[in-house]
Amino acid sequence: MISGNLSEIWVYLSASPLLHLTLTLVAYQAGIWVYRRGGLNPLLNPVLLAVCVLVGALTLTGTSYSTYFGGAQFVHFLLGPATVALAIPLFRQFDRVKRSALAILTSVITGSLTASISAFALVKLLGGSAVTALSIAPKSVTAPVAMGISEQLGGLPSLTAVLVILTGILGAMLGPPLMTLLGIKDWSARGLAIGTASHGIGTARALQVNEVAGAFAGLAMGLNALATAILLPLLWRLMH
Amino acid sequence: MLDALTLILCCQLAGELLVTATGLPIPGPVGGMALLFAGLVIRGGLPGDLATVADALLGNLSLLFVPAGVGVMLHLGLLEAEIVPISVALIVSTLITIAVTALMMQWFNQRGSETGDTEGGR
Repeated sequence: MISGNLSEIWVYLSASPLLHLTLTLVAYQAGIWVYRRGGLNPLLNPVLLAVCVLVGALTLTGTSYSTYFGGAQFVHFLLGPATVALAIPLFRQFDRVKRSALAILTSVITGSLTASISAFALVKLLGGSAVTALSIAPKSVTAPVAMGISEQLGGLPSLTAVLVILTGILGAMLGPPLMTLLGIKDWSARGLAIGTASHGIGTARALQVNEVAGAFAGLAMGLNALATAILLPLLWRLMH
Repeated sequence: MLDALTLILCCQLAGELLVTATGLPIPGPVGGMALLFAGLVIRGGLPGDLATVADALLGNLSLLFVPAGVGVMLHLGLLEAEIVPISVALIVSTLITIAVTALMMQWFNQRGSETGDTEGGR
C-alpha cells in the first residue's frame, strides 16, 4: 500500500520539472560544500562533483537526459544573461584592459591557435578518428560557438559540447596549480590564460578567486570565441 | 533589481539580433555582452542595481554549466571507445594552452612595467 503510494508520488514528481531542477541545485550545493571544506582546492571542482552525482542518480533511476533537462533547462537558460553580465567586471577593469590591449590580443590569438592545433594533432597522433579530431579542435571555445565551428569543419556538434565542458572542468582544476608551478603571479595573466583555455567554467573559477582575474578571463573567453571562429575554419581550408 | 534584469535580457535579445543581422561568428549573448559594455562606457558609470544583479549571476556562474555537463551521459560509449586519444588530448592541450597564454601575457606585463619604471625613474 505504502509502496504503491510512493511509486505514484515518484511517477508524479519525475514528470514535473521541479524534481530535476531541485536535484540540480542540491547536487551543486553539495559540490560547493565539499569545495569550501577543501579550502577552494581547484581539484574539488564543484561542477565535476555535481555532474558525477547527477549522472549517477539518473543512471540508477533509469531517467533519460531529456527528462532531466526538462527541469534543468531553467538553470541552463541563465547562461545567456550571465554571459551578458560579464560586461560588468570587464567595465570595472576597463583602464587596465585598455593599457594592455596589444598584449591581450596577441596572447589570446596565440592561445587560440595552440588549443585547436594541439588538440587536433594529439588525437590524430594517438590513433583517434577523424571525426573526434575535428570535434575536439574547438574545445577551448564557449559551447555555442564551439558547436557551430565543429559543424562547419565536419565534426559532431553534440560531442563537441561534451568535450568543451570537460575542457572547462580540466582547465579550472589543473590550471591554477600549473600556473603557480610556472611562477605566474600576475592576476591578469592567470585570468587571461584560464579564460582562453577553459571558457566560462574557467572564468567561473577565476571570479571566485579574484576580480581582476575574473574580468580578464571573461574577456579572454569572448575574444577566443571570435578568434577561433575566424581562424580555425580558415586554417582548415588552407590545409586542404 | 527588476529593471537591471530587464536591461540584461534586452541586451541579450539585441545581441541575438545583431549577430543574426551581421552574420558575426559569435553567440548572441557575447554580442549582448559587447553591447552592454559599450553602453556602460558611453554612460561612463555603473548603476548600483546592475552591479548587484550581475554579481549575483556571476557569483553562481559554475552552477549554470551543470545541466550541460550532465549531457556527458549521452556520449559515454563514444568517449569510452577513444578514451586514450581523447583524455590525453584534452589534458595535454589544455595545460599547454594555459601555460603558453599565461607566460606570454606575463612576459608582456613585465616588459611593460620595466619600461614604465625606467621612464618614471629618469
